[in-house]
Order: sequence, then structure tokens, then C-alpha cells
Amino acid sequence: MISKFEILETVNMIDNENLDIRTITMGISLKSCAGPDIDTVCKKVYDKITSYARDLVKTGEDIEREFGIPIINKRISVTPVATLVDALEEPTVYKAVEIAKTLDRAAKATGVNFIGGYSALVHKGMTPGEEILINSIPMALSQTDLVCSSVNVGSTRAGINMDAVALMGKIVKQAADMTADTQGFACAKLVVFCNAVEDNPFMAGAFLGEGEGDCVINVGVSGPGVVKCALEQVKGKDFGVVAETIKRTAFKITRMGQLVAQEAANRLGVPFGIVDLSLAPTPAVGDSVAYILEEMGLEKCGTHGTTAALALLNDAVKKGGVMASGYVGGLSGAFIPVSEDAGMIAAAKCGALTLEKLEAMTCVCSVGLDMIVIPGDTTAETISAIIADEAAIGMVNTKTTAVRVIPAPGAKVGDVVEFGGLLGTGPVMPVSKYSSAEFVGRGGRIPAPLQSLKN
Amino acid sequence: MKAIVTVVGHDQKGIIAKTSMILFENGVNILDISQTIMQDMFTMIMLVEYESTVSIKKLDEELTKLEKEMGLSIHIQREELFTSMHRI
Repeated sequence: MISKFEILETVNMIDNENLDIRTITMGISLKSCAGPDIDTVCKKVYDKITSYARDLVKTGEDIEREFGIPIINKRISVTPVATLVDALEEPTVYKAVEIAKTLDRAAKATGVNFIGGYSALVHKGMTPGEEILINSIPMALSQTDLVCSSVNVGSTRAGINMDAVALMGKIVKQAADMTADTQGFACAKLVVFCNAVEDNPFMAGAFLGEGEGDCVINVGVSGPGVVKCALEQVKGKDFGVVAETIKRTAFKITRMGQLVAQEAANRLGVPFGIVDLSLAPTPAVGDSVAYILEEMGLEKCGTHGTTAALALLNDAVKKGGVMASGYVGGLSGAFIPVSEDAGMIAAAKCGALTLEKLEAMTCVCSVGLDMIVIPGDTTAETISAIIADEAAIGMVNTKTTAVRVIPAPGAKVGDVVEFGGLLGTGPVMPVSKYSSAEFVGRGGRIPAPLQSLKN
Repeated sequence: MKAIVTVVGHDQKGIIAKTSMILFENGVNILDISQTIMQDMFTMIMLVEYESTVSIKKLDEELTKLEKEMGLSIHIQREELFTSMHRI
């Protein structure tokens, strides 16, 4: 029998420490929908998504009720849509956007809050369909509500496709400009990856990879608040105790994720894929990764010591979580999306947290420069250079990195941009005033790095 | 199916009576009850059992209503949640 203390601990985690399942994401393969005729493709895409994900939201809500665990998001990820565009007869940007609109309609019909996979993997080269898809991203994201897009521009084995990096700088700018009325909101739905993973359940970067089956359930757990509260109990203790405390907490959080993933997969009759062990913050006070770092003894997130604190946190979360789940995957690590984390917002506002420090932090944690608002007059070349830097970190360190920056039209350093909901509030952060245009303009590929002689 | 009901809040008359009445009316059987005062808070934990025909939605709505009426925190959660979290 479970003890009284254990029962109340769980209830307290949910009631007071923001423990939740961040997302149940159903991956649906669209390979079977490919064909030359756009209308037929759109019909097949709509029918497949709405039939596979028909009960996704209801099942999520049932589990939520029976187990008393909040499940914040129910989402869908699909095969990179570039695959469908390549198969079209005479593909165009407009035909690609038609598919985006179909995804949007299907997402709305199923009741999910995002659908990811308007994506292309171009880390070594671009097919015509992939180039068309990338060029259609600004239009697709500005004409849909729930579609998320991602582009993989680099990998440890292939190097970095600098032509794609140069193009993505322009695409991010265009996406911002086309949604100027919402301060560049389209960019919040666009991620540029290096070493993108195939089973990520988190948005905006979720897509169903080439090696995946027809349909799969992936679950992302969360619980920065729980980790912070656990660390409050070990104030002043050494790092061995800190790491052990995080591991124990991560284990419990992940067990809950595993239970929900298994339950959802069984009820939907779909194979269980992975549990993603990420610590994903929300703008709610008490649900912040920055506050965990500050709890370790840093006055403000971003000060010296932040990278070390984050490295410990990220590693301990994985060590604790790995044993709690049969299959761990996705991004698995601590997220540091600035606008979605109350502590990061505060640290960026007071100047403690800078873009350079965030870049350093991305060397030791999950993903990368995430949900960062930069001045509206930032050039496409500078954005490309930011992407190149981040991709280089991922490529050399054999990890996933990403860039999701929002060059909010008209915004200047010191302004604050409100996105609302889980996407939060972004203080506009300065970028270097010096040009990278000539560097980005070179084109070609940065070769894959050496995997030995590591120093 | 087995579930754990937890009730936490300021002690007042009728907590057990009203909670168990809702459980009874919804066809839920109480297997075990323990209660205590922890940090001035009334804390009750029940182990209950119900058939799959019981509507958890209806039960949940009624418990939420009671929760608001009496200013308590009431949860009903499947037992597996606790075993999976706290037992290897």
C-alpha cells in the first residue's frame, strides 16, 4: 500500500507545483498520401489525420479526469510535408500552402492545439520540393493558425548546409513581416534545427521522422516547479545532494509520463513511441527553469555559473528519467524558451540574461535559442549567422540545437512583446550591430566535423 | 478499478458525510479510510473501488462542486498513478 506521505506528495505536486503532462502528440505518417494531384493529396491528408486523431483529444481528457493529471496539450505531428510537395506534379508555393491549410483544417476538426510537420530536412542539400516548401513557409504560417514548421539545416554527419541557412534567415524575416500585425507571431511557429530528432512531441519543432511507423503516441512530461520545490528542501547542501534530488524528482515525473503514454497508446490502439524527458517551462510563476537555476544559488539566471548549473540540471533530469521509462526519446532535456519562462523574462528584462549567455547555455541543454524576440530591424544575414552559430554548436557537440527567434517588426531593444498564452512575453534582446553578411553570402556547406581527436 | 480519494482543507462538520454520500450515490465502494490533522489541515485519504460503468465525469463534477462549497481540495485519482510514481 502506498503511504499517506506519498499520496499527499503526488497531490501536492499537481495542486501546487504545476506538475503536468505537457503534451500527448500523435505522430501520423503522410507517406501514403503522396501523389501528383494536389486536390487528391489534400483530401487524403485530411481524411487520414481526422480519422487517426478522431479520439485523441477525448482520450486525453478522459485520462486527465481519471488520473487527475492535467494534460496541457494534445497535438499532432506529421511526416515532413516537403515529401508530399516533391511528389506533386508541377509543385508550386501555392500548392504547398494548400497542404498547410489542409493540415490546419484537420487540426481544427480534431480539436488539437497545434499540428507540426510543415517541414523539410535539408542538412545536405535541397530537392525542388523542399525548396518550394521552405519558400512557402511565411505564407503558410501567416494563413494558418495551428500549423507549425521546422527546417533541419545541419547535422553532425552531414555538416551545415549554408545555402539553407542563408535562405532561412530570409524566411524568418518574411514570416515576421507577413504577420507584422501580431508582432511577427508566425516566427513563434517556425524552428530551424541542427540534428533534428524524429520523435519530438514538442512544438513548434515536432514532425514524424522518416524512420517512424504509420502512427505513434509520444508524450512530453514537464515539471520545472516540482524540481524547484524539491531543491528548496536542500538549501545549502552540496552538488551531490542537488543532483540526487533532481534525479529522484525527475524519476517520479517521468513515471507519470510513462503511465499516461502507455494508457493513451492502449486506448487509442496506437503503438507507444517515447517519453520525452524535457523540463518545459510555462509563463506561470512557479513553472520556470530559470528559477531552478536561481534556487541553486545564482542571484539571477544568466549570471556566471548559469551554464554549470544548467549542465547539472540537464544531466540529472536525464539520469533520473531514463530508468523511469521504457523508451526515452525526443529532445529530452531542459528547455530555455525565454518568452515562456517567468524567470528568464525577468532576467532578460534586467539585463542579466543576454543572447551570448543563452548561446553558451544551449551547449549543455536541450534545444537552443528559443522564443527570443530580437529587434525588428535585424537583417536576414544576421539571423542566418545566429542560425549558423547555433547549428555549429549542435553539429560539433552531436546534439540537437535550434533557433526560434522573432524579429518583431517595429520592435526595439527595451520593448516587450506579448504573445499571450503559453508563448508568453518576450523582452526584445539586442543582437550584435556588426555585419555577418559576407560570411553568410559565401554559400556552400560547412563540412562535417571530425569525430575523434576530441578536445 | 481502484482509486484514491484525497480531501484536504480546514476541518468542518460534514466533510466525511458529504464526500461519502457522493461516492455512495455514484456507486463507488469505500475500501479504506484514514484521516488525520496535518499542519492544522484536515487530511483524509480513502481507497475506493468502482466498476467501469461508473461515470467519472459525473463523479468528478459533483466532487468539484463540494470542493467549492466547502473550500476544500478534493481529488479522485486512479491508484496506478501513485504506484507508478512511488514504486519501482
